[in-house]
Amino acid sequence: MDYITWRSFYTVLVFVLFIGVVWWAYSKGQKKNFDEAANSIFDEDEKSSVTKDSTKQESKNNE
Amino acid sequence: MSQTNPQQIEYNLKVVRQFAIMTVIWGIIGMTVGVLIAAQLIWPELNFDTPWLTYSRLRPLHTNAVIFAFGTSALMGTSFYIVQKTCKTALFSDKLASFVFWGWQAVILSAVVTLPMGLTSTKEYAELEWPIDILIALVWIAYVIVFFGTLVKRRTSHIYVANWFYGGFIVTIAVLHIVNSMAIPVSFTKSYSLYAGATDAMIQWWYGHNAVGFLLTAGFLGMMYYFVPKQAERPVYSYRLSVVHFWALISLYIWAGPHHLHYTALPDWTQSLGMVMSVILFVPSWGGMINGIMTLSGAWHKLKTDPILRFLIVSLSFYGMSTFEGPMMAIKSVNALSHYTDWTVGHVHSGALGWVAMITIGSLYYLIPRLWNQTQMHNVRWINIHFWLHTIGVVLYIVALWISGVMQGLMWRAVNATDGTLTYSFVESVVASYPFWFIRFVGGLFIVTGMVLMAINMYRTIRAGKPTVEFVDTAPEHKPAPAVATQSA
Repeated sequence: MDYITWRSFYTVLVFVLFIGVVWWAYSKGQKKNFDEAANSIFDEDEKSSVTKDSTKQESKNNE
Repeated sequence: MSQTNPQQIEYNLKVVRQFAIMTVIWGIIGMTVGVLIAAQLIWPELNFDTPWLTYSRLRPLHTNAVIFAFGTSALMGTSFYIVQKTCKTALFSDKLASFVFWGWQAVILSAVVTLPMGLTSTKEYAELEWPIDILIALVWIAYVIVFFGTLVKRRTSHIYVANWFYGGFIVTIAVLHIVNSMAIPVSFTKSYSLYAGATDAMIQWWYGHNAVGFLLTAGFLGMMYYFVPKQAERPVYSYRLSVVHFWALISLYIWAGPHHLHYTALPDWTQSLGMVMSVILFVPSWGGMINGIMTLSGAWHKLKTDPILRFLIVSLSFYGMSTFEGPMMAIKSVNALSHYTDWTVGHVHSGALGWVAMITIGSLYYLIPRLWNQTQMHNVRWINIHFWLHTIGVVLYIVALWISGVMQGLMWRAVNATDGTLTYSFVESVVASYPFWFIRFVGGLFIVTGMVLMAINMYRTIRAGKPTVEFVDTAPEHKPAPAVATQSA
């Protein structure tokens, strides 16, 4: 395989991988994990202060 | 590592404190040198006929001091803080972390000595000579080990998105630095690049633009993804978008370098490719900006009362502005007007002073009280004053250089219709630029004043507090959230 053919193949591969990442990130199954991850930085704070702030932004995301 | 009993491990906050202090100090030094060379453009006598103080030698000192001393100290400190907090574990190695801090300060001090002496490899943003380059590589490898070692021993299943951005920045900068600094030494203080001609130029700007893309963008986005949600007290707007943002940004940025070499000896197709990739970069950049700003959706009122949040959110506005301007300037026909003019300098500073400095300042105002066991900075009103000094300074700076840049571009390309000769000599465009250079100088004074105010505020906060000692429980049972105890030493 010459250089140009390899690069063309590689470009298509990266494109497909990227579509895969988008598909994975926006798949339903990941929603819960991502909401947990997004809130994980507040774990160290007192639980009450996190739940008190019931703005429900998590559930509003991407809808 | 081996604590399996319900013991506590202590976070290494010492190295974070060291980096936080040095960030402010290097910020003042780097920006003051910037103001001095801005003044030299108006009053050339300010080099006092001393070779060490000439514009040509101080300009690389300014860029190295703000990018590698101020910016990188901020990145190293915040990354060590965030990686510990989000992985709920202490740093991989305290000794190596200490080496990263002292090694990096040694790199900066060598830059402060060698650049005014005129020792330079002449590669922009990579001016330091080969012995210092080797030290940078060693420190950076230690940084890689500490950061990724901490990720490996994390006590959470998920790696929080901020760490992905920091990780991307750390790995890429290692690769860029090592490849671009390949040189053949002819003496202890002089070396020549391993590459020749257009290849050398392309490698230099592959390095140069990705220093912007990964150090000044990806690293600071890591900062944004932690400190904006923390200060706003709400999770990031869309975590999914942050995942796509990361992969899109890192896979596109690496291609944008050729836009620094439009209309040069670089092959035409390479220039066009660089232009296209730069224009596409607009999409992930704005995706990230929207993600950061919308984190505040439903809580906009916090901007009224919280000057730290104001710093963070306005930094994202400047990020959005400069990442719109950048792709536009990468278009060849626009670049034909903007290249080599003040417009480019203005663009860089809208990114550097608007985005990088403001997100850093906001993050430090969040961090400093927490590192010295205080609830807030010594004087919160001063943070607000700093915000306005900085914002006014940045706006004066970039507006002045937009005008002078476009003016210079138009003057340089103007030709007389009758015989096709140039309408203006170069020196005429210099004379016409003076008023705008003066406004730029005044803007710089505002910014340095704000930084000095920040230093005083930091000093008072540190004096009032004691170093924070923070533990994380390492209980073996499955606990949803390990409790964190904060106490003073």
